[in-house]
Amino acid sequence: MLADLLHFFTTHWLGQVLVILAQCLAVTVPLLVSVAYMTYVDRKVWASIQLRRGPNVVGPFGLLQPFADGLKLVLKETIVPSSANKVLFVLAPMITFITALVAWAVVPFDDGWVIADINVGILYLFAISSLGVYGIIIAGWASNSKYAFLGALRSAAQMVSYEVSIGFVLVCVLLCTGSLNLSKVVASQAGGFWHWYWLPLLPMFVIFFVSALAETNRTPFDLPMSEAELVAGFHTEYSSMTFGLFFLGEYANMILLSAMGAVLFLGGWHAPFDVAPFTWVPGVVWFALKIAFLLFIFSWTKGTLPRYRYDQLMRLGWKVFLPVSLFWVVVTAAMLQFGGWVPKG
Amino acid sequence: MEALLKDYLPILIFFGLAIGLVCAMLGGSYLVARQAPNSEKLSPFECGFAPFDDARGQFDVRFYLVAILFIIFDLEVAFLFPWAVALGDIGVFGFWSMMLFLGVLTVGFIYEWRKGALEWE
Repeated sequence: MLADLLHFFTTHWLGQVLVILAQCLAVTVPLLVSVAYMTYVDRKVWASIQLRRGPNVVGPFGLLQPFADGLKLVLKETIVPSSANKVLFVLAPMITFITALVAWAVVPFDDGWVIADINVGILYLFAISSLGVYGIIIAGWASNSKYAFLGALRSAAQMVSYEVSIGFVLVCVLLCTGSLNLSKVVASQAGGFWHWYWLPLLPMFVIFFVSALAETNRTPFDLPMSEAELVAGFHTEYSSMTFGLFFLGEYANMILLSAMGAVLFLGGWHAPFDVAPFTWVPGVVWFALKIAFLLFIFSWTKGTLPRYRYDQLMRLGWKVFLPVSLFWVVVTAAMLQFGGWVPKG
Repeated sequence: MEALLKDYLPILIFFGLAIGLVCAMLGGSYLVARQAPNSEKLSPFECGFAPFDDARGQFDVRFYLVAILFIIFDLEVAFLFPWAVALGDIGVFGFWSMMLFLGVLTVGFIYEWRKGALEWE
């Protein structure tokens, strides 16, 4: 009986599809729970920074707050403005959420714990995160509202500007690993935190993190939603679950970029010290802790920094990050080439 | 070929799952919540008065410029990806070829900068 089941799940096509489906669910469900609790942690961190208590009414320590918020969102009326392009209007939040979700297919959680271990993992992540812009620009255009339109334009221009520097940062990491496979990127950082890429590529790590803030439209780069000028930016007209999908997608993207940071620069599933008590902890726990650390910095910056002006934002992206990251690609390549450290493929 | 496609099957299934999840969320909310639209609710938001024209008007040409610059540099990055992976195999010649290409691009970048394409005043 057991052998039959094993046979079904390893050889029959339906069994294999079911296994993959279960793996996808095993990523999606914890991800959605983390998104829910990320909103809670965000608010608690801001509250602590401002010497407030934050959400503390629903459930013990306010722990059920995200579910109360979610339920309230679901029970609201779905409004599609009469002058909007109805199909595109509903499609936009779907694109945002789907791209934020499917990118997780190539993220390695532990040694061998990855849904699709494809050999162009970084390229896939780069492509999928570029597609996220479509959701925003379609939302702004389909809403047929001035605020949404201006917010979408700003947001799209901002995201593409910072995507270029993220691309150069990825190239720097690629030069050091010689592989596009994310599992191999992590494997090449084995052996203690001084082997992780944040140390040799420190300027690139900083640029990556700041660009991640800009990519996810977070403070100090939250101009697309600067409440004082544009109401709510590209999702001004959205309500109920259509808004909810933007919100979930945004937080899922934030967690995704933190995961990318952990994989590329903080050694993924590796323990910070390669000795006994640290290596007993499962790799997936270290990975989660690294993501949590980066997410905390996301909240911290939001609680601390004021908002940039748009010309400052563009100047930082095009006149500072782009030349610096381009220069650093050249420096990294030259160091590897003439230091004899180029990884052989 | 078979094995290569099989690597990507999980991504396809994940896509299917994501689409199903999204439809369930939107559809579920639409069915559960009470829908009572009226013309005031359905008009675009405009700080209290009726919108007097279509929102899709003119916008600053610099947004176009940013998009065009993005295409150039994003292509460059896509071009750098295979080079970075293969640097160990193509050796010094490959290294200097790419340096030449990056040099040409840097000249173009300096030209853009001097022409004021990156200004947002």
